[in-house]
Amino acid sequence: MLKFILLRVIQAIPVVLAVITVTFFLVRAAPGGPFDSEKAVLPEVKKALEAQYKLDEPLTDQYLGYLADLADGDLGPSFKYPGRSVNEILASGLPVTAELGFYALCFALFIGVFAGVLAALRPNTRQDYMPMGMAMIGICMPSFLLGPILILVFGIYLEWLPISGWGDLPGDKILPAITLGSAYAAYIARLSRAGMLEILSQDYIRTARAKGASDLRVVFKHALRGGLIPVIAFLGPAFAGLLAGSFVVETIFQIPGLGRFYVQAAFNRDYTMILGTTVFLSVLIVIFNLVSDVLAAWMDPRLRTQFSAAK
Amino acid sequence: MSLLTVKDLSVSFVTRNGTVQAVRSVNVDVKENALTAIIGESGSGKSVLCYALLGLIPTPPGRIDGGEAWFAGQDLLTLSQRDLRRVRGSQIGMVFQDPMTSLNPFLRIGEQLAEPLLLHTDLSKQQAKIRSIELLEEVGLPDPQQAMQAYPFEFSGGMRQRVMIAMALINEPQLLIADEPTTALDATIQAQILELIKSLQVRRGIGVLFISHDLAVVAEIADEILVMEKGNAVESGDARSVIEHPKHDYTKKLLASIPSGSPRNYEPKPQTLLTIEGLKTWFHTEAKTQPVRAVDDVSFAIQKGEVLGLVGESGSGKSTLGRSLLKLVNITEGLIHFDGINLSTISTPDLKTLRRRMQMIFQDPYSSLNPRMTVFDTLAEPLLLHNLVNRSDLETAVRALMDSVGLARAFAKKYPHEFSGGQRQRIAIGRAIATKPDFIVADEPVSALDVTIQAQILALLADLKEEYGITMLFVSHDLAVIRQISDRVAVMYKGRLEEIGPTKRVFEQPESSYTQRLLRAIPGQNASFK
Amino acid sequence: MSHSPVEVADDEIEASSLWRDARLRLQKNHLAVIGAAALTIMILAVSLAPWISPYEYDAQNLDLGATAPSAAHWFGTDIFGRDLLTQILYGGRISLAVGFIATAVALLIGVSWGSVAGYCGGRIDAAMMRFVDVLYALPFMIFIILLMVVFGRNIILLFLAIGAVEWLTMARIMRTQVQSLKQKEFVEAATSTGLSPLVILYRHIIPNAVGPMIVYTTLTIPSVMLLEAFLSFLGLGIQPPATSWGLLISYGAETMEEYPWLLIFPGAALTLTLFSLNFLGDGLRDALDVRGSKD
Repeated sequence: MLKFILLRVIQAIPVVLAVITVTFFLVRAAPGGPFDSEKAVLPEVKKALEAQYKLDEPLTDQYLGYLADLADGDLGPSFKYPGRSVNEILASGLPVTAELGFYALCFALFIGVFAGVLAALRPNTRQDYMPMGMAMIGICMPSFLLGPILILVFGIYLEWLPISGWGDLPGDKILPAITLGSAYAAYIARLSRAGMLEILSQDYIRTARAKGASDLRVVFKHALRGGLIPVIAFLGPAFAGLLAGSFVVETIFQIPGLGRFYVQAAFNRDYTMILGTTVFLSVLIVIFNLVSDVLAAWMDPRLRTQFSAAK
Repeated sequence: MSLLTVKDLSVSFVTRNGTVQAVRSVNVDVKENALTAIIGESGSGKSVLCYALLGLIPTPPGRIDGGEAWFAGQDLLTLSQRDLRRVRGSQIGMVFQDPMTSLNPFLRIGEQLAEPLLLHTDLSKQQAKIRSIELLEEVGLPDPQQAMQAYPFEFSGGMRQRVMIAMALINEPQLLIADEPTTALDATIQAQILELIKSLQVRRGIGVLFISHDLAVVAEIADEILVMEKGNAVESGDARSVIEHPKHDYTKKLLASIPSGSPRNYEPKPQTLLTIEGLKTWFHTEAKTQPVRAVDDVSFAIQKGEVLGLVGESGSGKSTLGRSLLKLVNITEGLIHFDGINLSTISTPDLKTLRRRMQMIFQDPYSSLNPRMTVFDTLAEPLLLHNLVNRSDLETAVRALMDSVGLARAFAKKYPHEFSGGQRQRIAIGRAIATKPDFIVADEPVSALDVTIQAQILALLADLKEEYGITMLFVSHDLAVIRQISDRVAVMYKGRLEEIGPTKRVFEQPESSYTQRLLRAIPGQNASFK
Repeated sequence: MSHSPVEVADDEIEASSLWRDARLRLQKNHLAVIGAAALTIMILAVSLAPWISPYEYDAQNLDLGATAPSAAHWFGTDIFGRDLLTQILYGGRISLAVGFIATAVALLIGVSWGSVAGYCGGRIDAAMMRFVDVLYALPFMIFIILLMVVFGRNIILLFLAIGAVEWLTMARIMRTQVQSLKQKEFVEAATSTGLSPLVILYRHIIPNAVGPMIVYTTLTIPSVMLLEAFLSFLGLGIQPPATSWGLLISYGAETMEEYPWLLIFPGAALTLTLFSLNFLGDGLRDALDVRGSKD
């Protein structure tokens, strides 16, 4: 198992490097700099600012300098918010986004697995069509449509839940989490249904029944482990998608998380902010992908021993 | 004493194409301390019958139309699922066909083995574990302690089947139902498992209901035989009578299809068509450091006009050898000469021309034909590629081909999925002989077919060989078939050539110990067939 | 010499190709049929937008302002007095165009890449798929956003950016298909007959790989459309004066309290189209699944 993990980590390093490099040069290649804003700035002042932020050095020097800073864990100062470093801004936004993402993922997993397994137990009946119909809605209704509609219904018409902000009230978290998680609940429902159906048609399920196992036991003891492997493998891409989705959800619900900062930074050409957030998020995604791959492989004993013992 | 009495059982299935009667009013009797065999080809309903007894048929498409199944004072067909669950695994044990897929790959052997005990008795986990180990010893598993902790994929097919049998018997059931338990196993392993089942039946005094498509397999172990055809019970009685004095035509046909008879006298053929020297075909995989030595230093010659049988179990390398000869896989080392031409140094355009003279018939009739090409197109392809006919004569040529393999001309524009297995093999054979090749490799061409169809295809192959003067390499794991059709036999084991010689000599005086083991494992040789 | 045929038959019997079987099966799937019909209507409607829309695309009516649906304006008007139905029709052209064209780009690249990798195998395959794996690991959403911000206002770039994300999965699926087909015996038979690799690829492999690719393509279009809507919502996709459903939804979300119809109608248009595509895709998958029964 260890070899597998090590291998994946080594494979991930060039990916992260590629991300940093591409982002760096891409951003610099764009027309316009951070200080070319609407405000008319005297050329000398602009020059001084650029010197202060080392923007007048040759590009490759800036790149190498950035890499050096990165090794220290220093993501640099924000261009747009003088005095604040990227690390600070990330630190303030990350907990919020993490919490939102966590709730959304929990929602997606619980609802999705439950619906999918339920549907697989009685395929082509109402027990199947209803959850899968709802899943279809989850897939076809994007978060930026679902969110406003939920706000409209629950926030404005029914006035049950708050419509924005991210305070300490649990009620704040419900609508954003549902909005963000619903598409993933739908995907997970479909994946777990397909996975379960596949497993339930296997010969060893028939063997379990022939031993006298009840339907419940067959599902939980024999089928679930194999049937959920596709869901586990999906967690990696789901994480990446949730991060991206948070951009929109945070905008709709006015939540001060990473996503909003990222979008704003992109508009503002705040180089270090863009770069820092991209690097940070990318590393997170790579780690999560690794974890989900390892988990999925670990769940299948055939793969588990292949990587540990040398047979 | 009758353990299980089935009366007038009828089962049907509702499918896309209407209702299919799988079992029609069948009567079966299984006695204590006896082995009752149900013999039938595919579509006979033999498996459906057993599954119906234990309520394992999914009842939306399936339906029990009528009948009774009396076991231990109860009619199984009237029991609820809950009551049936109490019977399954405790009073009636079941063993299935494919040991590779019938065990849960995600659970350890010990866990699966103990499950019936934990489900049906009050034994503690510790006691169940002890009992499980006892059973593993009884079925002949070496090192049962270790086996308990292992996962199924760590075992071979034969071992897994032993575990399945242990699992079925662990609650001391009075009846064991075995659905084709040895069909997926190699010949030598099959012999062992048959012996195991029979000895367990005798030792424990239980009744065994044994399903098979192969009369030869059950000939030595069955006490009673029931023959089924298309859902009907066609003949039944005690084993000897059914085999030695069959009454029904179908039974006679089945018996006649069993490849038997003594091998012909050997007439050496003078000309050599193919020579192989030091052939090695090794496969390198990422997972293992050592390459897989599928063919490991094999040398022999094939004479023009003969049928050389190549026999071996799974993993022997026989299929790889056949493919190596036709350059369908890359060889690692060695020389192959076809009619004097060195196949290793041949140029690509020359190889294409040469391919006209060597063809292959594949094993699986369901995947050896392009599902999107009609019969006509499939047969025309080789003719057109090698410019053997003009466009104007194409239609006539294809129809003639269809005639020679026994396919009705009207089927020319049909697609493979509309045919049965036997018919598809005819199409595949037609494709192979289209170019009138000198040499054909037949890779297990009848292994996937029912016994009666098998006999027809073998007859077809023999006739075509005579008519076209084809030299054949006939690859098979079935010794009885090999004995019937081959002039000479080569035996392979783990990539190496164990023995080669005239069929008569090899079968009557085998030299290698492996060959001897193989010959002993031929099923049904101690029973007398007409 | 002929052998006693197993079956006897009269004249030419009508054959039933796998396509025909699949088509019959699809027709029985009501949801898929409805989806296909709805999709056709939608495509027709937006294609004929210039002729059938009741008003000019950019006809503003500032006095009117935003009004609820009425006889004159079936879907109401936006804050500039523009007819919403017209906006939706024209917006649909962009959204559907992006969906189909970007998918086509992804399909072209993905199928070529995947079939070459799958058929060649060995080192070429390993190298090509390693490339795909590395790209796959990149957080594309973030990159697309970056691209659009950096180079924005370019619809061609939008196509390319989206296509660049989707081709990876297409390549993977195609490669798996080709690989599994390559091992089928009828491909070996084709080699043994003497056919060249190119002919084998063209005549034997690709026709048999087409089925799953059709399904996957039908299911990629909606996810591409979602991607475009997502970007437009963030202000990074389609820019005014052009419009798309995503853009319309984002405007509608801003004013949803006062003018909910501005959100509902474009939302419904997008959701319905996505439904149709997904149902059709699912139906196709079920219909093409049974590839020649083993009975």
